[in-house]
Amino acid sequence: MAELHLPTTLQPLFQELPRKLDIEAATVAEAIERLNEQWPGLRDRLCEPGPALRPHINVYVDRERAQLDTALEARSRVDVIAAISGG
Amino acid sequence: MSSTVLIVGTRKGCFVLESDADRRNWKMRGPFCNGWPIFNAVHDSESGAIYAAGASEWHGTGIWRSSDLGENWELSSEGLTYGDNGMKISKVHGLAAAHGRLLAGAEAAGLFESRDGGKTWALLSTLDGQPNRELWNDPANQPPGHLGMSAILPHPDDALRYWVIIQGHSIFETTDDGATWTPRNKGLRADWPLENPEVGYCVHKLVLAPSDHQRMYQQNHCGMHRSDDQGQSWVEISEGLPSDFGFAAAVHPHDKDTFYVIPLDPGHGRVMPEGHAAVWRTRDAGSTWQRLDRGLPERDAHLGVLREGMAIDDYDVPGLYFGTSTGQVFASNDEGESWSEIADYLPAISSVDVAVLA
Repeated sequence: MAELHLPTTLQPLFQELPRKLDIEAATVAEAIERLNEQWPGLRDRLCEPGPALRPHINVYVDRERAQLDTALEARSRVDVIAAISGG
Repeated sequence: MSSTVLIVGTRKGCFVLESDADRRNWKMRGPFCNGWPIFNAVHDSESGAIYAAGASEWHGTGIWRSSDLGENWELSSEGLTYGDNGMKISKVHGLAAAHGRLLAGAEAAGLFESRDGGKTWALLSTLDGQPNRELWNDPANQPPGHLGMSAILPHPDDALRYWVIIQGHSIFETTDDGATWTPRNKGLRADWPLENPEVGYCVHKLVLAPSDHQRMYQQNHCGMHRSDDQGQSWVEISEGLPSDFGFAAAVHPHDKDTFYVIPLDPGHGRVMPEGHAAVWRTRDAGSTWQRLDRGLPERDAHLGVLREGMAIDDYDVPGLYFGTSTGQVFASNDEGESWSEIADYLPAISSVDVAVLA
């Protein structure tokens, strides 16, 4: 099970979405897909057509910058970060 | 007694202002939509719902909806896509509710519809084959704002017929729900060379007179214009205005010859001339214009108003409302004769819509 950490900007959009949860997935894309099954529409908030991560969404797996096809290990920590932007 | 509701879209969320039929005292609620930048927010008179087109820099484009005047909101972008191999959507600006459905105009330019109150969306048209269509997706050919399909104007009686604006390029009309389109720019002025005179016009705002569906007005980058044949041809009516440039426009609900605009300096500033706020009105279809500024700031007021930034209600004596780029909302309950500031310190305002509820 990977340990997934989500940005605070997502919580208001999806009922009872936690900031941290464990998820069984082989890749980042699969982890997002699992989230989308439980909270429909969540994939669109993190990914754009392509599919690809949205430009201001950064994902790190075990502190390394990751993409959708990055593999997850059984005890991986996945951080989904809303980049510093806006004003 | 009726209540009056203003829906104000801003760079940091949506706000709702409420008053009674007198429209003197207002209460404000918000910000809603989690502070997302809102490009346009409208009230659907058929369902009573509010829809707000937002685009988060982090989480993309979506359309917020509230069925209880802003108490609760939901967000959806399901179906609001050109597919994995298609164009990308940066924002939705055009938003119209009519005939039991919602229409949304996106950038990159395309038209979407929702028949379930904004829960899901489906692509209706990308206007393929229209003149210069190949230019629209090139950022180098797009005007600032990158609004794509910036507006949709439904026909009041015919669900299959409506007009859309492609920012910087053209009005297009469809009479068959988007299957075919016709440019409607005859008589418009462009202060730049046009390879194809059918298109290439910068239409900012298009309105249709509720009291006569043949009558339309538009604020163009290059002048005010009137149509007496439902947009098939246009005549310029800019003479007498301090500037031929502006964004917002509103037509009187009961008098087809009465029409309001907010002229702006046409340069980079795009604010009201000389720091003296004013709305301008014609009562004779554009032959003459009157400056309306009683109660508006007289000096050092460098106010901008965007294309969806002015609205008019449909009381017997209509009220007008406009929201500024510096976060004020001004209201008139006497057809623009006098004005008062009903909100301040809001984020930059992109849209104002008004509803009269029984």
